[in-house]
Amino acid sequence: MEYLYLLATLLFVFGIKRLTSIRTCSQGNRLSELGMLVAIIAALLISDSINWTVIIAGVVVGGGVGLFLAKRTPTTKMPELVAALNGFGGVASALVAIGSVLTDSKLAEAGATISGLGVVPAIATPIAILIGMVTLTGSFVAYGKLSGKKLSHPFSGGARHAFHAVLGLGAIAIAAWMVTTESSGQLITAIILLSILAAVLGVFLVMPIGGADMPVVVSLLNSYSGIAGAFAGLVIQNPLLIVVGAMVGAAGLILTQIMCKAMNRSLSNVLLGGMGGDEAVAEDARDYKSIKQAGPEEIAMVLDGAASVIFVPGYGLAVAQAQHVVRELADLLIARDVNVRFAIHPVAGRMPGHMNVLLAESDVPYDLLWEMERINGDFKNTDVAIIVGANDVVNPAAREPTGPIAGMPILDVDHARTVVVIKRSLSPGYAGIKNPLFDNDNTLMVFSDAKEALEGMVREVKDL
Amino acid sequence: MDIYFYMIFIFVIAALLGFELITKVPPTLHTPLMSGSNAISGITIVGAIMAAKSGQDVLAQIIAFLAISLAMINVIGGYMVTDRMLGSFKKKGKK
Repeated sequence: MEYLYLLATLLFVFGIKRLTSIRTCSQGNRLSELGMLVAIIAALLISDSINWTVIIAGVVVGGGVGLFLAKRTPTTKMPELVAALNGFGGVASALVAIGSVLTDSKLAEAGATISGLGVVPAIATPIAILIGMVTLTGSFVAYGKLSGKKLSHPFSGGARHAFHAVLGLGAIAIAAWMVTTESSGQLITAIILLSILAAVLGVFLVMPIGGADMPVVVSLLNSYSGIAGAFAGLVIQNPLLIVVGAMVGAAGLILTQIMCKAMNRSLSNVLLGGMGGDEAVAEDARDYKSIKQAGPEEIAMVLDGAASVIFVPGYGLAVAQAQHVVRELADLLIARDVNVRFAIHPVAGRMPGHMNVLLAESDVPYDLLWEMERINGDFKNTDVAIIVGANDVVNPAAREPTGPIAGMPILDVDHARTVVVIKRSLSPGYAGIKNPLFDNDNTLMVFSDAKEALEGMVREVKDL
Repeated sequence: MDIYFYMIFIFVIAALLGFELITKVPPTLHTPLMSGSNAISGITIVGAIMAAKSGQDVLAQIIAFLAISLAMINVIGGYMVTDRMLGSFKKKGKK
C-alpha cells in the first residue's frame, strides 16, 4: 500500500512539469488531481485506525466550502481566492503538527519532552506551526490588499524592522520553551502562544508590502504552505508529505523568482516594501495640467483613420468585465482591415497572466496577444494605442532614475501616434503616483467604466 | 541509520527536484501554475487523515476535523480554480 505514495508523488512531478507548457497544461493539472486522489486513498488504506465520523465530516464541510468558493468566485476575484485557499492549506499543516504533538503517546509519559524525541521533531514541530500560521494570516492580509483594502503598518523605517525582530525572537523563545517543557499543560500554552505570535507576525510582514507586489507575495506564501506541509510531514514521519511539500515549496520559490524578474525587481526589494508602499503619496487630479477629454464618437473617428491598433488591457478591464466587448471592438476593427493586437504587460492586472486568462475567456485568438518585449518596439509604428483600465504599467515615470516605480519595465504606449486612455477617473494606480502620460498632447482621456466606453465605441464604429 | 536521516535525505532531494522542475514558464501560465501548485500543497490532507484516529479525546478530534476540512478547502478549491483558468486555454486551442 505504501507504494501508492510513490505513485502519487510521480503523478505530482509529471503534473507540475506539464503545467509549465501551454500545450500540456490542462493535462498536467489532470495528472496532479489524480495524484491527490491516489494520495487520499492511500492515506485511508494505510491509516491503522480510522475515525470515519471525523474524516467524513471534514471532507464534506471542507469540500463543500471549497466547491462553493471555486464556483461562485468571478474571474476577476481569482487572485484573491488563490491567496485565501493558500492560507487554509498553511494552517492545516500547522494543525497536523499540533495534533501529532498532542496525541503522541511518548510525550504523555512523565518527564518526556519534544526535544527528547530527537533533533528533527524538536526543530520541525515549531517551524511547521510558525510557517503555517504566518501563511494563514499573511495570505489573508494579501487577500485584503488584493481586494483594494488599504492597510498600513503602524511602524515605519527602523522601528518596523526592530518590531519584527522582537516578534521573531519572541517566537524562537516560545519555541524553545515548547520543545523542552515536561508539563503537558505548559506544552498546550506554548503551542497557543506560538500560534498567536506567528499569526501576528504574518499580518505585520505582509502589511507594508505594496498592493502592486501582492502577486509576488502570494506566490511566496504559496511556497511557504508547501514548506509547512513538508515540516508537518517530518513531525508525523510521512514521506509523501515531506517529498511533495518540499517539492512544491521549492518550485514555488523558483516561480516567485521568475515573477520578480518579470517585474525587474529583486525579492528582497519586494519584501522590504518599495513600490506602492505606504511611503508613496497619492496625488489627485489637480496635478494634471492639460488633460484632453473625448467621448466614444470622437474615438470612433480616430479609429476610422487607423491602420494599426494596439489594446493595452489592465485591471480595469477585469473589474468592468469588459473582456467580451473589447473582443467585439477588436473583431469590428479586424473586419475593417485594421491590424489589431493586444499588448500584455507581465504584471497587468493583479497577477501575472491575469489578462491572458481573461481574454482567453472571451475567445480572443492567442496570436493576437503579444508580450511586452515583443511588442514594445512596434508602438512607434502604431496609429492608436487603447489603454483599457491600466495605469502603472504604462506610466512613463518608470523611466525616471528615481521614484517609486523607477526601473519597472513599462509598455511604451506614449510612442503611438494617438493614445486613448479609458479610465474612470484620474485617480492614481496601485503604485499611488501620478501618470504623466495623461498630460501628453497625443493622449485622449475617456472617463468612463471600461465596458460602457467600449460598448459606445462598438456602436459608433458600426455606424461609420 | 535512524529514520530521521532518511527523512532529511528525501526532504533535500525533493527540494532540489522542485528547484529543477520549473525552468522556463511563459508568463501566461504563471497564475495557473501558482494556483495548481497551491492545490498540491493541500497534500497535508494526508497528514490530517492520519491524525483522525478512533478513540481520541475531544480536543484531538476537533483539531483533526479542522485540519481535514481546511486542507480539503485548499484541495477542492485549488483544483477547481486551476481547471477554470486552464479551461479557457483549452477552448482556444481547439479553434
